[in-house]
Amino acid sequence: MKAPAPASAAAAPTDAGLLRCCDASGCRAAGSGALLAALEAARCPASGAAAIRRVGCLRLCGRGPLVALDGPAGSRRLYGGVPAALAPALIAAASAARPAASGPDPLAAHRLDPDHPFFRLQRPVVLEGCGRVDPEAIEQALAHGSYAQWRRCLLELSPEAVRDEVRRSGLRGRGGAGYPTGLKWDTVALQPPGPRYVVCNADEGDPGAFMDRCVLEGDPHRLIEGMAIAAHAVGAERGYIYVRAEYPLAISRLRRALRQAGQRGLLGQALLGTDRELRISVRVGAGAYVCGEETALLASIEGGRGTPRPRPPYPAQSGLWGAPTLINNVETLAAIPAILREGGDWYAAMGTASSRGTKVFALSGAVRHTGVVEVPMGTSLRTIVETMGGGVPDGAALKAVQTGGPSGGCIPVELLDTPVDYEVLRALGSSMGSGGMVVIDAAMAMPELARHFIRFSVQESCGKCLPCRAGTVQLEQLLDRFVERRAGPEDLEQLEQLCRMVAATSLCGLGQSAPQPVLSTLRHFQHEYLAACGAPAGEGRP
Amino acid sequence: MSVHTLSVDGQPLAVPDGDNLLAAIRRAGINLPGLCHLEGLTPVAACRLCLVEIEGCPRLQPACITRAAEGMVVRTDSEQLRGFRRMAVELFFAEGNHVCAFCVANGSCELQDAAAAVGMDHSRFPYRYPQRRVDASHPLFALDHHHCILCSRCVRVCDEIEGAHVWDVAQRGEHCRIVAGLDQPWGEVEACTSCGKCVDVCPTGALFRREDCTAEKRPHGERIAPLRLAREQHRWPEP
Repeated sequence: MKAPAPASAAAAPTDAGLLRCCDASGCRAAGSGALLAALEAARCPASGAAAIRRVGCLRLCGRGPLVALDGPAGSRRLYGGVPAALAPALIAAASAARPAASGPDPLAAHRLDPDHPFFRLQRPVVLEGCGRVDPEAIEQALAHGSYAQWRRCLLELSPEAVRDEVRRSGLRGRGGAGYPTGLKWDTVALQPPGPRYVVCNADEGDPGAFMDRCVLEGDPHRLIEGMAIAAHAVGAERGYIYVRAEYPLAISRLRRALRQAGQRGLLGQALLGTDRELRISVRVGAGAYVCGEETALLASIEGGRGTPRPRPPYPAQSGLWGAPTLINNVETLAAIPAILREGGDWYAAMGTASSRGTKVFALSGAVRHTGVVEVPMGTSLRTIVETMGGGVPDGAALKAVQTGGPSGGCIPVELLDTPVDYEVLRALGSSMGSGGMVVIDAAMAMPELARHFIRFSVQESCGKCLPCRAGTVQLEQLLDRFVERRAGPEDLEQLEQLCRMVAATSLCGLGQSAPQPVLSTLRHFQHEYLAACGAPAGEGRP
Repeated sequence: MSVHTLSVDGQPLAVPDGDNLLAAIRRAGINLPGLCHLEGLTPVAACRLCLVEIEGCPRLQPACITRAAEGMVVRTDSEQLRGFRRMAVELFFAEGNHVCAFCVANGSCELQDAAAAVGMDHSRFPYRYPQRRVDASHPLFALDHHHCILCSRCVRVCDEIEGAHVWDVAQRGEHCRIVAGLDQPWGEVEACTSCGKCVDVCPTGALFRREDCTAEKRPHGERIAPLRLAREQHRWPEP
């Protein structure tokens, strides 16, 4: 096994005086474009040793624009919320590697602590290159070890050996359902001979989820390498990355990365002099959440209306144009290069018995430090929300943590010591989901939160099957009554019945899980629904 | 041709290999409602009325797309299924504007039959009264969107049997609607051959012949399966 290159390691000496500026969507929205322009302008006359690198996500999105300064001898500084006017001061700090003696340091107010638990407790695997490499420069990705495992696959590793490693890693699908990745790969690989496809689901659409965007914008080569390895493992020569149109930066960086990989002979025909070929292209969605459902996604790639179809047959048997098709989420595929490099056992050593490895979460809502965190599975919600996230700002009370977006539910503050684990979260009526984690404070009424998610499902239902199309609409109307406190006990009964009906009878996962935000808040916050019914206080509470 | 033996509601049933469960169940004389599936068309499992319980299966399965298999133990009737089915029919009524008394399909409407089958006397869900349109631009037929339940039979029959693909579904969620051509008035769609198959298969009064008045529509869903049989297996019905 080759030496790991953990992102937390001290910067290499060659990086001395390097300014890594986040140039991903979050920081761009906070003004990183102007800051980068000002940095370039400020560097020209002085020149010196300061180098500027545009990188992907530096994690603490709520404090953007973020700049990391890798000084000599491994010193690291991090600055947040840096206005463009401070660009000369950053250049000076990077060039001199020590603050100017005269006057107060203008950057002092923007210094962030890189040893804060928000950073210290992260375990970058999927994100190990994110924030370190320039996502638009393949040379940097290659220097950080990208495509080394892909080369190994082409020259040394058999598809069986790759699948064996993935099986041993215990990796499960990070899109939300948690299906064992190795088993899925085996199922596709063992189909009768013929063409097959590999598809990356980058249609990240859960409200509050932006982990996959972080990978796509910050380290696209890692995803492409993971996908290439998957193609090798199942015998596919054609791949598609299905990205939502709302991620224009991710799309342009992916396309550039694919072009660069093609120019280097890593994609295309006669790969590395072998007779192998692999072509990967980007397909852009048109704004439908349901296209993140795998059968709808396939229909959309084929050029049809993006609606789900009943399974079986599963895409592993009959997917794109009827051929066996492997569909994995961005985070799943981006974990593969590290798993091959370090071995499946290394990956399986992290996490819990049923949920191995690490998971990336997008932490947002009523929490002090918002951004992207990658932690070992089994980390408690309390660690993520309170220790890393710093808890609710301004001393307000924490009420619940919403995971899994519109397919998930709320974990109440009493259960904050719950570890993140597929089965544990499901048993509590929530779900791992794709990784959105929204912190809810005491000001939020739960029926209103449930209505928010049901409204999302109403808008995003494709309309094909009745329970999801018409049932969610009625659920929204029922929830109106609770939000407006004009419900009766019969409404509560109907709400529960309809939730069960929509969950049990809808065609696809979207409809089946649409009532989940209602059911989970009914379970953990039933008193709020009862209060909206005008029931006497205390009634119905255990 | 091999034959499977299965049990439906405790009743043993011999079913030819390849048959779907819905056909087998109905042949056994069980009135299992279903509004989207029609023999001869590709099943889509969208209306969710023919969901059944299958032993060993954690989720309910739509009978229309489930192939009958050896030893299958199927329940079409349980308290749970009755509850879900009735709610589903109520949701159909609540999302459209279905007033049987002056509908062309009164008396020959599959939605009406389903309501009777599940014992629905009223809807517990409030009616949505959506604002929809009527397209009477075709010289022979008309489309009243108020009665459309989005079963997509018209879409499939026009595409799969007539080969014209005049119909499709536009928009999403509760705003879904059937569109002709490129969302044109039906009468302006040159691809339409005026064959009338979409009217024949429509389960409600959404698609009808212009000369039909209240309760005068006579659908002919049974015409489709023989057409497909003739085309694909060159087997023709007895005269």
